[in-house]
Parts: sequence; structure tokens; C-alpha cells
Amino acid sequence: MEKIRQNLFIVSLGAGVLVILLLAATGAIDLYVQTFIMFMGVNIIFATSLSIVNGYMGEFSCGHAGFMAVGAYVASVLTVIMFTPNKLTGVPLLPPSLSIVLFPVIILIGGVVAAFAGLLVAIPSFKTRDDYLAIITIAVNFIIVTLINNMAVIGGSRGFMGMRKVIYTMTDVFQFPYMLFWVITFAIFTVFIIRRFVSSIYGKGIIAIKQDEVAAEIMSIDTNKMKLVAFMLSSGLAGVAGGLFAHVIGYVNPGSFSILKSTEALVMVYMAGMGSLGGSVISAILFTLLLELLRPFQILKWVIIPLLLILLMQFRPEGLMGDKELPDFFPKLKKFYKFK
Amino acid sequence: MSLLKITNLVQRFGGLTAVSEFQADIQEGTLNGLIGPNGAGKTTIFNLISGFYVPTEGTIEFDGTIINGKKPHEVTALGIGRTFQNIRLWHDMTVLDNIRLSQHYHLQYSLSGAIFRSRQYYKREQEIKEEALKLLDIFGLKDKADEFPKNLPYGIQRRVEIARALSVQPKLLLLDEPAAGLSSTDVVDLIDHIKWIHENFDITILMIEHQMQVIMNLCEHIKVLDFGKTIAEGNPEEIQKNPQVIKAYLGDEGDIYA
Repeated sequence: MEKIRQNLFIVSLGAGVLVILLLAATGAIDLYVQTFIMFMGVNIIFATSLSIVNGYMGEFSCGHAGFMAVGAYVASVLTVIMFTPNKLTGVPLLPPSLSIVLFPVIILIGGVVAAFAGLLVAIPSFKTRDDYLAIITIAVNFIIVTLINNMAVIGGSRGFMGMRKVIYTMTDVFQFPYMLFWVITFAIFTVFIIRRFVSSIYGKGIIAIKQDEVAAEIMSIDTNKMKLVAFMLSSGLAGVAGGLFAHVIGYVNPGSFSILKSTEALVMVYMAGMGSLGGSVISAILFTLLLELLRPFQILKWVIIPLLLILLMQFRPEGLMGDKELPDFFPKLKKFYKFK
Repeated sequence: MSLLKITNLVQRFGGLTAVSEFQADIQEGTLNGLIGPNGAGKTTIFNLISGFYVPTEGTIEFDGTIINGKKPHEVTALGIGRTFQNIRLWHDMTVLDNIRLSQHYHLQYSLSGAIFRSRQYYKREQEIKEEALKLLDIFGLKDKADEFPKNLPYGIQRRVEIARALSVQPKLLLLDEPAAGLSSTDVVDLIDHIKWIHENFDITILMIEHQMQVIMNLCEHIKVLDFGKTIAEGNPEEIQKNPQVIKAYLGDEGDIYA
């Protein structure tokens, strides 16, 4: 019985993904809706990865977009020089047919590089915390964006493009909604990893740090190591979100990873509630929806969204879900929502 | 056999000497007390032993290893458990999780094990849970396993904190004012409880306490500190009669009539 319940969740999830992919492949849902779903997926990764640090570990990181930028640029540059004719190497380095297989690998490489960029925040976090660390994270965001701005090889402030061609290369080999597939897969993969991380005794170490760091040290938790793991995991997953984002849009420029983007992630996490993974997913979806619905109002949306946040903090300071997960609200879900 | 040997321990904070020339030789299996007026440097000594401060001078040798300069989590892993004056449980984590996390250093799996749920992961999580429940059972806290410490009465929180300190399977247990904030009936319970722990866990205890009732009832050997210096040591009777101790606590007779 237990087994069936567990599998029911996985099967329903798989079926849902399959339906979306089928609809996309047959053209039943148009490119607009597809792009919208992809943005949702990217935002889910972006928000949940920040919730590791801001939600579970209780540090205030507000330069998350910096790591997204690292992932985006690393993955974009790699796919472009490997699979398409380009300015840097002239001819593609690898046969285009390999692009299908290597695409997710390159996205992951972008994530790994972003994880190492995360060291820029992780190491200061050993000595300092709270407001001071928050300032360091903002600084890191600026450092990364400014560095990219000044690297003429990858386009500097004009941005970097050519990822569209990479996708065409892939569809030339075999017709398939690749980006949709990979965004959804990585989004599920991210939630899965974080869920498993924070539900193990190992990962609960970061929750212990949030609640009482002195007690964590005294109870044999290597707090420095856990901070390192949490920051690297968080920034690495942000890098994955960046790589996907770049390939969905087909163009990146440093401006899109400014402090405003970091703020978007903060809004999603605080709207969700600190330390609720389900909440982060839901609020990422809602936030993407909100951005899209408010598009006609143009710049006014940056008045409406912060206003919503203020109202939310006023009337529900713990966020939509606090530190609870979905089954805590709907006990019936427990029957088939055994997410291990 | 000597379990904890402290020689010439000095701790200075800027111009203030919090601990000076502290010596101790704690024998295995004994119950020791550390007393003194406020600001005498008792908690500083605890912080030095458990690794929060690096001593200015002197050495701390635990079970044959020099431990000064080691991080608190490494010291704990060597076998020193500790409680705090103000209870430092993780208040938004269940009692069971509070106990389970003490095995963090001995998990034997890491990030990849946690994510891909290796066989080792399941084995260790199961073992740790069983051990934790066993410990809670011994402490009569099994029915509290799923509660949050913040919702428990103060006396029970103390008990959970002591259970948590014991869950690292220490050879030496440091108790920092275990009777602080307890009612008089709870204090009597606590005395019995510490006696019982001392007998059943095969453990050496070093405690700081202000309540003489607790110290005099429990400790075989007492050290008295004042302004960072050791002013007296001996068994309870000797301490009670020691004029210097009386002076430190009550002031000079001359002062009163002056």
C-alpha cells in the first residue's frame, strides 16, 4: 500500500510532464504558453535554491542573481562555441549531433562553476552573519555583474547571443521541445534534491545553524562545512536556473542579472514562507503568473508587486506557508503525497 | 586515571584576565563542582574546554589528546558533552531531531548519500533514530519525542538538554548551572537525576552551580574560583569551612562592621 502511494505521486507527476510535452510537440499549446511554463520552471529553481540559504539556514543572501549570471554565461558560451559557428572559435568544436546529449551536461557544468562562485559568499560566512553577510552578498552580485560588463570577449554590456542557434541545431537533429523538457526536468530534480537534503539528518544541520549556531557547534555539527555545502548547493542550483534561462530567452546581458533579479528571488522566497519548499514552488508559479498578468501595466508592476509584499508582511508575516509543507495544510494529501 | 588535565590555563580578554593559572586534574568517574561568585570565570573555563575560546596560555589535555585550539565540534566528537546556563535547545525542531542531530559528526554519509539515499544512509538513519528513541525512553521523554521544546515546561527542557548532551556519548559531561531557573521541587529531582546519570552512564561530570544544595549533595570534589583565581579546593566539608570561600561569598566580617 505504502509503495503504491509513493509511486502514485511519481506516476502522476510523470504523466503530467508527458502531457505537457505531447501538447507542446503537437503544437496544441503555442510558444507563448510554452515560454510561460519555462519561465515558471526557471523561477521554481531560482526560488527554491535561494530558500536553502534564506529559508532553511536563516542567512540573508540577496545577491542570488549573481550566481544565476555565472551559470547563464558559462553554459551559453560553452554551448555556442561547441555546437555553432561563432566568433570565438570559428567552427563548432564538436559535431552538432552531440548537442542533444551534451546539453544537460553543459547546464550542469554551468551550475558547478556557479557553485564555486558561491565560495565568494560561503567563506566570509564563517566569520560574519546577518546584516554584514547580507552586504557581502550584494557586493558579490555587483562584482559578478561588473566583471561580465567588462569582458569584451563575451559581449560585455551588449550581452551574449547565439543560444537560439544551439536550440535550432538540436531540433535539426531531432524534432522535440527540448527546452521545455529540460526546464521541467531540472525543476523537478531541484525540488527533489533540496527536499532530500533538508529531510536528512545531514541537511538538518543547516536548520540547527539557523536556530542556534552555538548549540550546533557544541552538538558536533561542523558549522563551517555545512555553510559551505549550503551556499555551494544554493548557488550551484541558481547557476542551473541561469543556464536554462539563457537558453529559453536566447540572449543574455549583464543587466538582466542585476540586484532587481535578486530581489525577485527574495520576493518569491518571502512570499512563500521561510523554510517551506512547497511554498517556494507555489509562490514561484504565482509570481511568474503575476508578472505576466501585470505586463500591460508595464513599469507599474514594480509598484504593485512590492505593495503586495508589504501587505503580505503586514497581514501574514510568516509568508503564505510559514515553515509548513502542503500536507500540513491538507492532511488528505498525505495519503498519496509521500515525498521522500 | 586522569581524564581531563588542565595546566596553567590563562585567558585574557584585552586587559582583563578572566582566568589565571587554572589547574585541574579530573579523575575518571568523579563528580566535580566549580563554584564562585558571578564573574569569577567559571563559564569562561567551560568555553575554553569546549573550544569556543583558544586559551592565551596553558594546555588542556583530554583523554590523552591536547584539545586547545580544536573547534567545538571536534572537541565534542572526542567525547565532551555540554549544557548551557540558558537552555540552548533548537526550539523549532522536535525533541527527537534535537537528539538525532548529535550524531552529525558520526553520520558516515554525506551530501551525495543524502540526495541519492545510499544504503548507508538508510542504515545510519535507522540506527540513529533507534538510539535516540532508546535514550529518550531512558529519560522518560519518549512521549515528548514529537513535541517542540518551546512548548515544554522549563524543567522538562532542562532534562531534554541534558539528554541531548548525553546523546553524543560523552566521557565528560559539562553542566553549566543545571539548577538555574528551576523550582525547589525540580531541584530535588535534578539532584537525583544527576546522581542517577552519574551511576548509569559511566561518566565523569564537571558542573558549575550556584545552589549550594546541589553542589554539596553531589560533588566529591569542589574548586572555588574568584576573579579568575582558584581560591580553594577540596571536598564539600572542607569548602564549607574554608574562611576564604566564606569571604568571597559573604564578604569580610570587617567589611560589614566597617
